[in-house]
Amino acid sequence: MVYLTRKAEFSASHYYHNPDFTPEENRAIFGKCNNPNGHGHNYTLEVTVKGEVDPRSGFVVDLKQLKEVMHREVLDAMDHRFLNKEVPEFFTQIPTTENLAIAIWQRLQTKLQKASLHRIRVYEAPDLFVDFYGEE
Amino acid sequence: MKAHLTRRYLFSASHRLHSAEMSADENLSTYGKCNNPHGHGHNYALEVTVSGPVDPSTGMVCNLVDLDGFVGREVLARYDLENLNMLQEFAQSVPTTENLCVEIFEILQRSFQKAHLDRVRLEETMMNSFEYTGGAESMR
Repeated sequence: MVYLTRKAEFSASHYYHNPDFTPEENRAIFGKCNNPNGHGHNYTLEVTVKGEVDPRSGFVVDLKQLKEVMHREVLDAMDHRFLNKEVPEFFTQIPTTENLAIAIWQRLQTKLQKASLHRIRVYEAPDLFVDFYGEE
Repeated sequence: MKAHLTRRYLFSASHRLHSAEMSADENLSTYGKCNNPHGHGHNYALEVTVSGPVDPSTGMVCNLVDLDGFVGREVLARYDLENLNMLQEFAQSVPTTENLCVEIFEILQRSFQKAHLDRVRLEETMMNSFEYTGGAESMR
């Protein structure tokens, strides 16, 4: 088994708000992230796939296809977007880095050919990242 | 849905690697420049990884305010701008980054209740880092 990781960057805005909470609860739990006008991050995405090396091509995965899928499913949908208002998963879920990693996993999982998805790592900032490995 | 969250922190401290159980020659050959009696310092980078189910009401594994508050009070306040050799936990052990990594893991495991502790990773310089997962097999 060989693991291959491809990186991509995107920039997006978001805010944290749960309509079931009172305004005071929202502010207490989410702090500055509750500002309804939103704020932004430069996200770094690492997609790790795993598989056997194809003896004919020497590849675990067709990198061109992986890049295309990442662009179509993630960057086109999320880069320079307001996540709460423009990405359907976050119409009902809070766009934390945790939920972003899960949403990206779900978007990519069924679209990959040959290799299988091992890990989604999303950096919200250089000092904060989330890893998601699917159902554990 | 279980996710793993990693937060990175910086602190600076000095230390000297010297074992009372070794002769002066053994200390010098084992620890080299790190055995300099006057000590030396590093800018450490600490990564704390916690995991748990993502709470649907907050979208979080763990509120960063809680993690940052705990690490600030219990780890950074204890080690930042200190001489590690002067601290109680290194009275009997050598303050290598291995031992410091284990100490920090144990502080978190003992008292941080808000999420499951997976791993502590400690970079001594850009060229070397140490990880401790509490004796469990490394996460991935």
